[in-house]
Amino acid sequence: MAATDVTMRVWRGDAAGGEFKEYRVPAQEGMVVLDVVHTIQATQAPDLAVRWNCKAGKCGSCSAEINGKPRLMCMTRMNTFQPGEPITIAPVKTFPLIKDLVTDVSFNYEKAKAIPPLKLKPKEADGTRRMFQEDVDRVQEFHKCIECFLCQNVCHVIRDHEENKQWFAGPRLFVRLASLEMHPLDIADRSEFIKDHAGLGFCNITKCCTEVCPENIHITDNAIIPLKERVVDEYFDPVMWLLRKLKK
Amino acid sequence: MAADKYETHEYDVVVIGAGGAGLRAAIEASAQGVKTALICKSLLGKAHTVMAEGGIAAALGNVYSEDNWQVHFRDTMRGGKMLNNWRMAQLHAQEAPDRVLELEEWGALFDRTPDGRILQRDFGGHRYARLAHVGDRTGLEMIRTLQQHAVHKGIDVYMECNIQRLLIDGGRICGAFGYWRESGRFVLFKTKAVVVATGGGGKAWKFTSNSWEYTGDGITLATDVGADLIDIEMVQFHPTGMVWPPSVRGILVTEGVRGDGGTLKNSEGKRFMFNYIPDFFKAETADSEKEADAWYEDKKNRRTPDLLPRDEVARAINSEVKAGRGSPHGGVLLDIASRRSPDYIKKRLPSMYHQFKELADVDITKEAMEVGPTCHYFMGGVRVNADTAASTVPGLFAAGEVAAGLHGANRLGGNSLSDLVVFGRRAGLSAAEYAKASAGKLTIDLGQVEEVANTLLAPFNNNGGENPYTIHANLQDCMQNLVGIIRTEKELRQALEEIEKLKQRLKRVSVEGHRQYNPGWHLALDLHSLLSVSEAVTLAAIERKESRGGHTREDYPDPDPKFGKVNIVIRKKNAEWSLAQEPLSEMPDDLKVLFEEKK
Ligand SMILES: Cc1cc2nc3c(=O)[nH]c(=O)nc-3n(C[C@H](O)[C@H](O)[C@H](O)COP(=O)(O)OP(=O)(O)OC[C@H]3O[C@@H](n4cnc5c(N)ncnc54)[C@H](O)[C@@H]3O)c2cc1C
Ligand code: SF4
Ligand code: SF4
Ligand code: FES
Repeated sequence: MAATDVTMRVWRGDAAGGEFKEYRVPAQEGMVVLDVVHTIQATQAPDLAVRWNCKAGKCGSCSAEINGKPRLMCMTRMNTFQPGEPITIAPVKTFPLIKDLVTDVSFNYEKAKAIPPLKLKPKEADGTRRMFQEDVDRVQEFHKCIECFLCQNVCHVIRDHEENKQWFAGPRLFVRLASLEMHPLDIADRSEFIKDHAGLGFCNITKCCTEVCPENIHITDNAIIPLKERVVDEYFDPVMWLLRKLKK
Repeated sequence: MAADKYETHEYDVVVIGAGGAGLRAAIEASAQGVKTALICKSLLGKAHTVMAEGGIAAALGNVYSEDNWQVHFRDTMRGGKMLNNWRMAQLHAQEAPDRVLELEEWGALFDRTPDGRILQRDFGGHRYARLAHVGDRTGLEMIRTLQQHAVHKGIDVYMECNIQRLLIDGGRICGAFGYWRESGRFVLFKTKAVVVATGGGGKAWKFTSNSWEYTGDGITLATDVGADLIDIEMVQFHPTGMVWPPSVRGILVTEGVRGDGGTLKNSEGKRFMFNYIPDFFKAETADSEKEADAWYEDKKNRRTPDLLPRDEVARAINSEVKAGRGSPHGGVLLDIASRRSPDYIKKRLPSMYHQFKELADVDITKEAMEVGPTCHYFMGGVRVNADTAASTVPGLFAAGEVAAGLHGANRLGGNSLSDLVVFGRRAGLSAAEYAKASAGKLTIDLGQVEEVANTLLAPFNNNGGENPYTIHANLQDCMQNLVGIIRTEKELRQALEEIEKLKQRLKRVSVEGHRQYNPGWHLALDLHSLLSVSEAVTLAAIERKESRGGHTREDYPDPDPKFGKVNIVIRKKNAEWSLAQEPLSEMPDDLKVLFEEKK
């Protein structure tokens, strides 16, 4: 491999303002965007702020907008770009900027606090819990979520509408709600919360969230749409809710 | 007033670290009714625990009803080359099943057996299929379950808050001091008890599965206030890290690949592990490919040598590469493609499939993976009381990877996640009890705090000094080359000299920019701990003149029964380390018999 340079434009600045700065670093085989950012830190901009942990797509820390696309920096290979193509990295847009590539994601943690927690039905007579693989499969899909918040970032309901944040929990939290609702042993009733506090009604199923999910969770088809169906059924028909929970 | 100078919070128990151990400790302390804070230096849910893949070990007996705590205990002790604290190994084996069921109660959804119970998988050194798991993302399931449980219990969480020093009053813990990463401002916690659950220090090595967080902070926080460490020389190199491309070198490849049928091969296509079966494990290890393969189906056969404890496999790979039988990029081959169907591989190992596909352009259902040893885990660490997790400093408790004893000279896969919940709970409980019983007023010495604050800000005043990233890279080279898998006294001494030079350079470290979210400054501060821990590891490695588990000395290639009976203890006083060899506690006879029956 011929040693070449890569050029990257990285957003530098804080809430008060900033600009894209251009950096050049030597290319290395197999590099991902996060490696380039680390090289820039080590050699040219030691105070460049970025979040990361696992470097393997498992922790969801390194979300950013790369050439305008919301992605994980650690899972974006440099060889997916044309040689010489300028690469631009910006912080995710939906959350308030702290510095450089780091944003204030506390919105997501605050929303999570309000969710009515899991409530399990009593144990089997022999004191055990029985659940079958086919019943947990769909919930396990939701549990793959690494909380990268990329889905939250692209959702148009809050992306350009700060004012909606108070009403709207966002796709990550819909996935979480779906995982609780579809837990084979859960008996809590969240329909009012889903409708009135999580703002599921704001979602008009554009599927932008599903497209960016690095865990390939079918957020809209498997989480949001079934939740919507339940809320409609159960909100207007408490008997439906009761029947479903009794079936468990 | 100096007292108002820093943002100050008051608690009964402060838990530093929000991985599995810290979360479980905080949940327990808070359940005991004491005022509890949970602090972490990344966002909540991003700790190392999230990366754990293969599973959590617990003798539930769901797959093999023959399994029970005695077998798990025996496996753990033998895997640890009998250097383990027997009492910790006993408590761990006895309590792990309850802790796993508790996770299920709190919402974790493990993979299931056909009759609807928790499925368990094979892992190295475990006699029976014992690891409860969720595909290869068990740690994610565990941390999310604990995180959500803690959040719903209303525990105060301080995220991206980095604790730098513990504070002492009359020999007892009275507080903790650190900074907010976001603003760079200082924060002071007054507290009766502290639980450190900060994990290990693998970021001192170049090829490592560990993240930026693993700078050994808890070890340094503890030694800086006089706590003992034991067996800190015992560093686990996981046999299978990625080796290619260079940017991913060190990233972990779960042992689950071998547990699910993958096998190691050299460049000649030979399954070389058959040549590396040590006498200690001969009786229980298959000596032909036929028997090894049959073991996967029927545990009456002896187990494949691919799943010998990690230290054995890591050394074997090292030897194959040295002998010129390595893979193109200096590892060996790990082949599951030719042994299991693509569907099976994708179902059992989805994140490995994804990781190789995305990062290395390798389809593991079609090709072998290239793997080699990577620095992975600290068996050694803060010396604790087995039952209470108390360190040698009153008011200071430790749990999880930062604590020592359970794993002895080598940790079995899956025994960490179970360690976290078993001893996390015990630490939280003991810290709460200690806080409740603690009488008398604790006073923070503000002069001491002021001094720490000045030290932490010093890098901003050294213009044009050393680059923290360069010091870190130099340390990683030093530890990788001189304090690696195979050690000799000469190289260890050389490492000490290098570390001393780096310490001098650290005094001149300078950082650019301001205090707000400044990774250069953060690293400059982490180097204090990285260097301290590296020095402790190296000193203890010189002291242990034998080879055992994670510690292999070329100049003392065999285990020495004399060293098999002692912990290497290291402690710091007035910035000077002192070492001692102290006898292990004697195992009671009713446990001893477990080792006599079958060898
Ligand atoms: C890739 C990988 C795969 C693994 N797979 C398995 C497996 O399958 N089974 C198994 O049993 N084990 C596995 N392990 C090992 C296991 O995951 C870890 O040993 C374990 O998760 C450590 O947990 P912990 O709670 O001790 O610390 P961690 O989860 O690492 O948490 C440490 C916490 O301390 C905080 N912290 C550190 N320093 C400070 C400070 N100065 N101030 C404030 N907070 C601080 C961090 O922010 C973090 O919250 C694996 C490890 C890795 C890296
Ligand atoms: S589908 Fe709904 S939640 Fe997802 S991005 Fe569109 S509006 Fe938002
Ligand atoms: S659902 Fe997907 S995109 Fe959204 S936070 Fe989870 S992993 Fe990220
Ligand atoms: S660093 Fe963990 S997902 Fe990118």
